[in-house]
Amino acid sequence: MRRKLTAYAPVLAFVLLLAALWEAGTRMFHIPHYIIPRLSDVFVSMWENRQLLSKHGATTLWEALLGLGISTAAGTLTAVWIDRSSLAKKTIYPLIVGSQTIPIIVLSPIMVMWFGYEIWSKIAVVILFTFFSVVVNTADGLRSADPDIGALMKTMGAGKRDLLLKWKIPSALPGFFTGLKMAAAFSVGGATLGEWLGGESGLGVYTKRASNMLRADAVFSGVLLLSVMGIMLFLVVLWLEKAILAYRRT
Amino acid sequence: MTQAAAGGRPLALSVRGLRFAFPGQPPLFDELDFDIKQGEFVSILAASGIGKTTLFRMLAGLLAPQAGTIVIGALEASAAEAAKQRKIGYMPQKDCLMPWRTVLDNAALGLELGGTPKREARRQVMELLPGLGLEGTERKYPHELSGGMRQRVSFLRSLLGGGELFLLDEPFSALDAMTRVGMQEWLLEVWERHRKTILFITHDVDEALLLSDRVLVAAASPIAALGELPVTLPRPRSYEAALDPAFVDLKRQLLERLGRRSGGKAGGSV
Repeated sequence: MRRKLTAYAPVLAFVLLLAALWEAGTRMFHIPHYIIPRLSDVFVSMWENRQLLSKHGATTLWEALLGLGISTAAGTLTAVWIDRSSLAKKTIYPLIVGSQTIPIIVLSPIMVMWFGYEIWSKIAVVILFTFFSVVVNTADGLRSADPDIGALMKTMGAGKRDLLLKWKIPSALPGFFTGLKMAAAFSVGGATLGEWLGGESGLGVYTKRASNMLRADAVFSGVLLLSVMGIMLFLVVLWLEKAILAYRRT
Repeated sequence: MTQAAAGGRPLALSVRGLRFAFPGQPPLFDELDFDIKQGEFVSILAASGIGKTTLFRMLAGLLAPQAGTIVIGALEASAAEAAKQRKIGYMPQKDCLMPWRTVLDNAALGLELGGTPKREARRQVMELLPGLGLEGTERKYPHELSGGMRQRVSFLRSLLGGGELFLLDEPFSALDAMTRVGMQEWLLEVWERHRKTILFITHDVDEALLLSDRVLVAAASPIAALGELPVTLPRPRSYEAALDPAFVDLKRQLLERLGRRSGGKAGGSV
């Protein structure tokens, strides 16, 4: 535990330094609160609206988690399909890579038209944000499986199931986790954008309303929470990766 | 031949009329015949790139020959059937250990795929680890081991994975000279204890002579026939045997068969 703390010490110190500069800068240069609020005011606003924020935060977290879960399940299955079928490798894979040239932000309003103002349009945007990194990294991981190990297993009588479970999947796990870490970080942004385009609840709605009222302190408090949420999701995946891929640490 | 002692033994491997070529390339094998008897240690000696690994992939059932038959064991199983019945212990050139598995679970892979319960498979591995010089490494991961130790784990995995015939594909070629000598002596000792049928591919003349009962030489491509040289050196052997005049004489003969004739100075290159 102590070793972990020392590993994070530089970044924590840096964040504290930036926070101090923020607070000191806004006081020293008398920056108007609707341009950049004082950091202390942001925290005051956060505390005063704690009940509202936790309600909106829970909505956003739930959307992000649900979208991430669906992306992970569908993305992993798609990656396995791409790996097994050379036709899918030649058709689906390039299409998924090519789809990244489409600006998702422009596509997102269409999700609202398709799925309405309820939770499903937000989840659809989360999936748009996260599906790609899960599929591509997992597919690359599956492809990186050493063919010589597969051949050896075949001489030992391994069937298709053995090859998938004991060779392909363990080989793909590092790539899968790379994809999942990126997806976890993107998912909160996807959910927020979905809320911005229309909705009743969520930190996206909260920050949009606050912004309309020129309450920069409330906007920043929402943004800070969203960023903390993204970092937490990333850290959960990182922790999961370290627990499952323990062999890489030794 | 001087194989009188082995004459009555049943065959572990019989290859007849083997033919193979990769598409668009000259043939590698043309009507090749050879046999391995049970309990024999036979080396195939050939220059790199002549098709040794292709031959092994066919024997291991990973690649189908274009013509001819490969019969493994007394029950006349084809190579592909034999792989399914786990009669072959294939040890590839690379160690091919799974980085996510410990030594224990890597070595148990073959048993596990054969349906042995995990606990029983691990018990069998634990029993053999000390004899292979791997005591105390069972919880380690491959990247924590030296090259020689990794090859020993790979050998143990093949030993436990297959039954009647062991195919070793240049297993020591990636090791440094000192480690290689150690591994050769180690293999001799293990083989003399277990007496399994081994077919060993190498391009190292000393290694072939030191280990084998017979050396099969592939001199020209495509391989249509293998020259045979019985190694009459007494067993048990150690690396000391390489200093024996009989060894030097056999080495000269082998090099000649490999095509290193140089007129009057036949021994000049030895």
